[in-house]
Amino acid sequence: MQLRIAATDRAKRPVIIYRHSALIRLTHWVGVVCVTLLLLSGLQIFNAHPALYLGQVSDFGHPIASIGAGQKDARQIGITKIFDYSFNTTGFLGLSGPSSDDQHAFPSWLALPGYQDLAAGRRWHFFFAWLLLVDALTYLIYSIVSGHLWRNLVPSVPQLRHVGSSIRDHLRLRFPRGEEASHYNILQQLFYLVILFIVLPLLVVTGLTMSPALDAAFPFLVDALGGRQTARTIHFICALTLVCFAIIHVLMVLLSGVWNNMRSMITGWYVIKPEFHRHGDAS
Amino acid sequence: MAMRVDRRRALATLAASFGTLPLAGCDLFSQNPTVQHVLDSAESLTKHAQRLLLSRQALAREFTEADVSPQFRANGSTDPDDDAYQVLAESGFKDWRLRVDGLVERPLQLSLGDLRALPSRTQITRHDCVEGWSCIGKWTGVPLNIVLQHADLKPNAKYIVFYCADSPDQFLDASEKYYESIDLIDAFHPQTILAYDMNGAPLDMPYGAPLRVRVERQLGYKMAKYIMRIEAVESFQHIAGGHGSYWADRNYEWYAGI
Repeated sequence: MQLRIAATDRAKRPVIIYRHSALIRLTHWVGVVCVTLLLLSGLQIFNAHPALYLGQVSDFGHPIASIGAGQKDARQIGITKIFDYSFNTTGFLGLSGPSSDDQHAFPSWLALPGYQDLAAGRRWHFFFAWLLLVDALTYLIYSIVSGHLWRNLVPSVPQLRHVGSSIRDHLRLRFPRGEEASHYNILQQLFYLVILFIVLPLLVVTGLTMSPALDAAFPFLVDALGGRQTARTIHFICALTLVCFAIIHVLMVLLSGVWNNMRSMITGWYVIKPEFHRHGDAS
Repeated sequence: MAMRVDRRRALATLAASFGTLPLAGCDLFSQNPTVQHVLDSAESLTKHAQRLLLSRQALAREFTEADVSPQFRANGSTDPDDDAYQVLAESGFKDWRLRVDGLVERPLQLSLGDLRALPSRTQITRHDCVEGWSCIGKWTGVPLNIVLQHADLKPNAKYIVFYCADSPDQFLDASEKYYESIDLIDAFHPQTILAYDMNGAPLDMPYGAPLRVRVERQLGYKMAKYIMRIEAVESFQHIAGGHGSYWADRNYEWYAGI
């Protein structure tokens, strides 16, 4: 019995499939560069006034979150406040090192440029915001025209029923194999859709409503978001969401076969190994 | 086993250099003139896109008395380190005169009384600082377009420059006075006013006494305080650093619509 399975397994050769088209790969990597630089320059911009508020204006005495340096037992510490909770974040947020140059909300190694320079941070931010817009629109138009959006991203009803089992499989680090690995699984679909159609658009809109000029042109947008300072807070939360997404995304890439995944996102080609049989693996 | 340790060490070294290299690289990049030039191209794209979306006359949102911020942050200079200005301030600016000159048919010298005698506009607007915070204030002043009509711009005038009494960097570069400039689209916008009152009282010194400009569709740094002189020019390349504003000379955008 075992022999027979082994024999059939040997007959099953790895299949190489073309998983990502050139435009998907290009827009993916341009997007990676843009999002990374937008994040780092965004932290530089945040450092110019490291406090978040709700509403149209800043209630300086009562930010909903803030990062700063303070004194404790005659020693400098970094303090991060969220609502009424205070956290000692010395070494990372508020105070990252012994020198006075380390008194930034986000440490200099996370900011672009590393030294305090709001003007330069803004230059980087707006340039790559434009580039990301072009990149995202290219991806979106291509996805609609080529059918990628409906064929691969939008889940079908039967796929939606697998959310529960897919979460269990992911938690056990069991990733789809064989034919199933040739397309996005349900969690990927939902993740990508949320990022592409909720988080990224919200980042763009909240970014635009921080502009006094665009607020004059489209006053309803900033009102719908709850005011300019709320928009700024949402912008920050969306950026954090994107960071969490990126961490999970990279983790999944590493765990589900890093070279195969990287090859497919660089060259397009993905190797599907034959179905894995635990019982036939005894030899 | 030895190989494994080596590999681990190599990976650690690689990770460490990945941690620092891009950052050092980024800082070098940030200072590279070519990179700066490329990054700067976004500014004119932003300006043109915003001007396209924004009708010339579109008004910034105006708020109600109830929305006025109890605490309005004063940024930049709050007490100009300028002897002539301080002398004027001591006598309540009764000897202060606003000079309006440059590419105008009729140069003007206007006292605060002259300005208050002109038609005025009051607006309650949100002030957005480039740093990220916002405050709402009530401003009263004479629309800039009324002053410019009195002075009668020459046809080749393209920008209005505001010369101020303050030097924001009082320690490093006391000689560099604050200045700003706007184009004629903003200069003739109905909400662009030369404000002498804030929240119903004459401007306090931290907010730009005796006169500041409000350019409501741009960021706070465009709204020059302590104005001493207004000049109509065809180009601002010959003024100070040549970028049209104190902060634009320091790498901030001249067009501050976002």
